[in-house]
Amino acid sequence: MCKNKVTAFILTALILLIALVPLFALKGAEFGGSDDAGSQIVESIQGNYEPWFTPVLETLIGGELPGEIESLFFCVQTGIGVGIIAYSFGYLAARKKYKGDNQV
Amino acid sequence: MKNWTKPEKTVYFAVLTFSVFLGLTEDVSAMHIMEGYLPLVHCILWGVICLPFAAHGFITLKHISIEKPQTMILLAMSGAFIFVISSLKIPSVTGSCSHMTGTGLSAILFGVSSASVLGIIVLIFQAVLLAHGGLTTLGANTFSMAIAGPILAFLIYRLGQKRNINRKITVFFAAALGDIFTYCITSLQLALAYPSNEGGIIFSAGKFLGVFAPTQIPLAVMEGLITVLVVMGMENFALPELRALGFVGKEEL
Repeated sequence: MCKNKVTAFILTALILLIALVPLFALKGAEFGGSDDAGSQIVESIQGNYEPWFTPVLETLIGGELPGEIESLFFCVQTGIGVGIIAYSFGYLAARKKYKGDNQV
Repeated sequence: MKNWTKPEKTVYFAVLTFSVFLGLTEDVSAMHIMEGYLPLVHCILWGVICLPFAAHGFITLKHISIEKPQTMILLAMSGAFIFVISSLKIPSVTGSCSHMTGTGLSAILFGVSSASVLGIIVLIFQAVLLAHGGLTTLGANTFSMAIAGPILAFLIYRLGQKRNINRKITVFFAAALGDIFTYCITSLQLALAYPSNEGGIIFSAGKFLGVFAPTQIPLAVMEGLITVLVVMGMENFALPELRALGFVGKEEL
């Protein structure tokens, strides 16, 4: 159990490290999406490529999704996920605590 | 599939036949692929390839929910895991951002086709609300993120189990390589649609991979680590459910 805690701690530290190091190491980098980098290559291979279908939402609102709203939707997505995971782990942890280990 | 009912088998094989038939009639000369960036024929073909997986996954999940209802909490968690993981754009060493796929966890817990169903839900959410990926490219993206990646993750996990390798290590490699593999397939899909004039499909695939791979490798390592963390948490708190899924043996722990 104690060994597990140490492992978990090390893993968390590593994860944060991987996520944050590029931000500080590459000062001034743009950090654009690599999905967009994909469309740039398409252009370099194909010349001027015009996507033949625009996202439904962009058609509905008649333009690109504003950045702030996009981050709102991303947050909603994260929020839904985190909510479910947190609820489940909470439920499972409480069950273990109040039932005792020998039940499982 | 052994204990599927007759109508379920019929539906599945009908979809499978339809898919194989449609897939064979067109000669294919051919991280998320952007909306409108694949030719219509490719969109349809990738979609058709995905149909049997989706049907299989749907029926599998229905069975799990009836036979092992206690494991539904783990299903919800693995689905939510994909939601969280694929919504986070992480900066990478190349100075651009990408995100992880998160489908490895559900693949090793519930099998490939179940992971496909969960992946499709997330991809639809992102395609409709976020203009990320797309509805026309849904089939192609499903194939790379929710079928190919999970297949590799599942195979690696099984291999590690057979060889009796430490489970944490197996889970790490399964999730990390599944993530990388997703982007390899994406590159190939784009290359099939945009073969380069000089070197053809392979040259083109190398070019796409050259953009995706360096960005994705650190993120894949990260996805591996996070998946190990979640599995550790589940082992700690949800042993009975993991046992019901056959993820941990009866004698273990």
